[in-house]
Amino acid sequence: MNDRMKNAESMSLSAGVHSANLSPVQKGALGLVGSGILIQLIYWISFKTQNASVWLWTSILLVSAGSVWYSYETYHAHPPGIKNNGVWFRSLTARGSLAWLLAVILTGFYILLYWYPQYLGQGQGEGGANSGLIRLFDPLSQYLKGKPASQWFVYGTFYTLIMFLMGIKFIYKYRHDRYQVLRTLSVLFFQTAFAFILPEILQGLNRPYFDFKNIWPLNYYFFFDWHIDGLIQSGMLGYFMLFWGIVSFLVLTPVLTWFYGKRWYCSWVCGCGGLAETAGDPFRHLSSSSLKAWKVERWMVHGVLVFVVVMTAMVLYTRFTGAANILFLNSYQLSAWYGFFIGAAFSGVIGVGFYPLMGSRVWCRFGCPMAAYLGILQKTKSRFRITVNGGQCISCGNCSTYCEMGIDVKSYAQRGQDVVRASCVGCGICSAVCPRGVLRLENGILDAGYRTRTKEELDYEERSGMKPGVNK
Amino acid sequence: MRIIIIGNGIAGSTAARFIRKYSDHEILMISEESEYPFSRTALMYVYMGHLRLEHTKLYEDGFWAKNRIDRLHGRVTEINPVSKSVQLHNGQSLSYDILILACGSLPKKFDWPGQDLQGVQGLYHLRDLQQLEDQTGRIRKAVIVGGGLIGVELAEMLRSRNIAVSFLAIESSFWNTVLPAEESAMVNEEIRRHGVDLRLNTGLEEIYNDGRGWVAGVRTGHDDHLEAQFVGLTVGVRPNIGFLYNSDIETNMGVMVDDYLRSSQKDIYAIGDCAELWTPRPGRKAIEAIWYTGRIMGETVAHTLCKGPVKYDPGIWYNSAKFFDIEYQVYGEIEPQPVEHVQSLYWQGANGKKSIRINYNSATSPNFPLAVRGFCLMGIRYRQEVCEQWIRSRATIETVLPQLGLANFDPEFFPQYESRLMDLYYIQSGKRLILKSGRDRDAVTRFLNKINE
Repeated sequence: MNDRMKNAESMSLSAGVHSANLSPVQKGALGLVGSGILIQLIYWISFKTQNASVWLWTSILLVSAGSVWYSYETYHAHPPGIKNNGVWFRSLTARGSLAWLLAVILTGFYILLYWYPQYLGQGQGEGGANSGLIRLFDPLSQYLKGKPASQWFVYGTFYTLIMFLMGIKFIYKYRHDRYQVLRTLSVLFFQTAFAFILPEILQGLNRPYFDFKNIWPLNYYFFFDWHIDGLIQSGMLGYFMLFWGIVSFLVLTPVLTWFYGKRWYCSWVCGCGGLAETAGDPFRHLSSSSLKAWKVERWMVHGVLVFVVVMTAMVLYTRFTGAANILFLNSYQLSAWYGFFIGAAFSGVIGVGFYPLMGSRVWCRFGCPMAAYLGILQKTKSRFRITVNGGQCISCGNCSTYCEMGIDVKSYAQRGQDVVRASCVGCGICSAVCPRGVLRLENGILDAGYRTRTKEELDYEERSGMKPGVNK
Repeated sequence: MRIIIIGNGIAGSTAARFIRKYSDHEILMISEESEYPFSRTALMYVYMGHLRLEHTKLYEDGFWAKNRIDRLHGRVTEINPVSKSVQLHNGQSLSYDILILACGSLPKKFDWPGQDLQGVQGLYHLRDLQQLEDQTGRIRKAVIVGGGLIGVELAEMLRSRNIAVSFLAIESSFWNTVLPAEESAMVNEEIRRHGVDLRLNTGLEEIYNDGRGWVAGVRTGHDDHLEAQFVGLTVGVRPNIGFLYNSDIETNMGVMVDDYLRSSQKDIYAIGDCAELWTPRPGRKAIEAIWYTGRIMGETVAHTLCKGPVKYDPGIWYNSAKFFDIEYQVYGEIEPQPVEHVQSLYWQGANGKKSIRINYNSATSPNFPLAVRGFCLMGIRYRQEVCEQWIRSRATIETVLPQLGLANFDPEFFPQYESRLMDLYYIQSGKRLILKSGRDRDAVTRFLNKINE
């Protein structure tokens, strides 16, 4: 980029700071959210144990009311439409100091959650009482399943609450777009019912914890001994869960992906996707759409898929033969590594902690083995693609910038070529932000092939979407 | 063979890509504006903070070297068709075998008093964006003069920074030289909905100086005085051909070119905004300064140079824009005023934010009675290929309407309004038609494939 372009860019940044200012009402709303969080912080830091119920509900109420009020305040003054003004001017959404601060806080929280829950107040030892933050959630946990909270219960509650509040914001932001509204309602439903309430109730009834939408290989422990044994010991329900888990991987996933592409899962059902689409939405434009990022992505995500397949095969081999080692690989070691590096560090710490720096789909794009599996199906056995409306693209770059998966949508659109990419989660934002109505998510069995090319081919060859007289 | 292209806008860079695709010629693209080609139409999104400038680049930086398209960042000051060379601002001289002029436009001015004050500008060039940043950083009020596409974009840009905007348009309704009355009225509403003080039937008389060389306000044709710290002049563009005056290349408003985009001088071609056709197609203008025609010209000249001459064929007219939140698409001929023998089927809904118009020949038309002529969409997306096919094949309105769903390109779950047009047609003609096709992709593919067989 030449100096002039650089100057124009830096100037946009400095001048834009003014327009990023919040109104007094917005500040008030954020103040409510802040005070709700402050209650939790105080409770956590002082390791208090009294009046958890009152403080928990006060805090949740403050955060919720403040958040909904903020969303309303932010969008109601403007007519429905695309709301990306100032995205690249704000510190929080343009990798400024606020973004780094948030990334550090999120990452820190995940590190405590996975490896040092005692600092969150998790009771130690058998029957050890909770304190601090985790104690705060005891009343809710008691109510739902008649047991004290654990760090996972606290995490699940946070997760669902944040998805809900940011989901409301997202729906308000995209209220003109029925596709966006419906798929957000869908992920909120699956998170609340399938990931949060149902498993907790099951546990309350002394049934195994089971999230019906968490499909292997995303649910990497599905074939672990303790999990299978737990299911088998739970009678008919357990057998059904085992059956469901296998069918959902082997049958449901390929069939639904054939009809609708991987979006049926990633943008409509999945909890990781759900958080990315709601809480992560303000950061979606931070995903790199460079060719290099795509290369890294392909190696990494398929690498994780290979890892989980090998690890699962080893675990099953051990289960049926009793032998733990094949050559130099040890199944116990391998599953422990997977749990640490992929299950915790990648999907949690990096996956969410890096939202403000690398965009909302870091995990889905670079790490999720389910996304890799769905992607292979989408690329080879699916009717789904994004079609391009003739020669109407003006190469503005909104689609590529707001693609959370870092797909360079523009490179296809400006050549009038349909997009069939393994990584596309079908969120539909490229189509929404396109100012010329060029992109449409479609399912169709005919001609899925001839209008699609690989990126390498795209660099040289093209079949223009427009039809000038040159071939007549 | 060495081909020099002056200008790296959409016309120039498309020409370069297609020349590379068709040949091994040496290609040099010269631009005084930017080192890497970018999308001019996206400048507004940079100002509004949707994008950074780097996002508007047409390709990743490595693309050009990989495709052996050389770039030179500099200004051409003179062209010498006799020695077949171009002169650069630094005195350097470069020789060519083929020269392609793709040097774009400049904003028009109309000799208004004060038009050269600080804080008065158009919006076209990258430099204009930079200037806009400088000049609107801390201002409260702006005036925009000229009710066209750039004007409405500039209004949206300034509103995104909470700057009060007065928008002067000489027309009685926004862009009604192009848009039919109903669509034009819809855009008036939309502009006002976004807090713009739209003043129709209003021209600019004078721009005031604040005494220090900066703009202080304007006087309108109605003798109203408007305070402003910025004035945007968006009354259209003219070809940027000043540097050609000594070159003996025949020019009028733009560089005169024949059907093969050849100028009056041997081995010099002109494409895009700066080209003026000797013989434009019926119903089309001699200069069409729009993105799409620039791109088609780029492809055409590449074909002519590398694979044998072809005439420039702009195809069936299409264009698109966005007026604040309302998207606009047009395919084929949509006249702004009622025309004899042409009928309009027009539906409007969703609180004046969506409309569909289909123009067709009346039953009494001497040529192709009932044939569909054009589509005009507001807030609704239609498929270009399908609409073009109907227009090209002169399909009648009664063939098109039952299939109309095939044209719908709105996202899934969006409401479809095609059946409303059947109702309107019933009222208009007494004939009851039934909608048979939805927007199913396979049906669309079958429709298009059948045509292509």
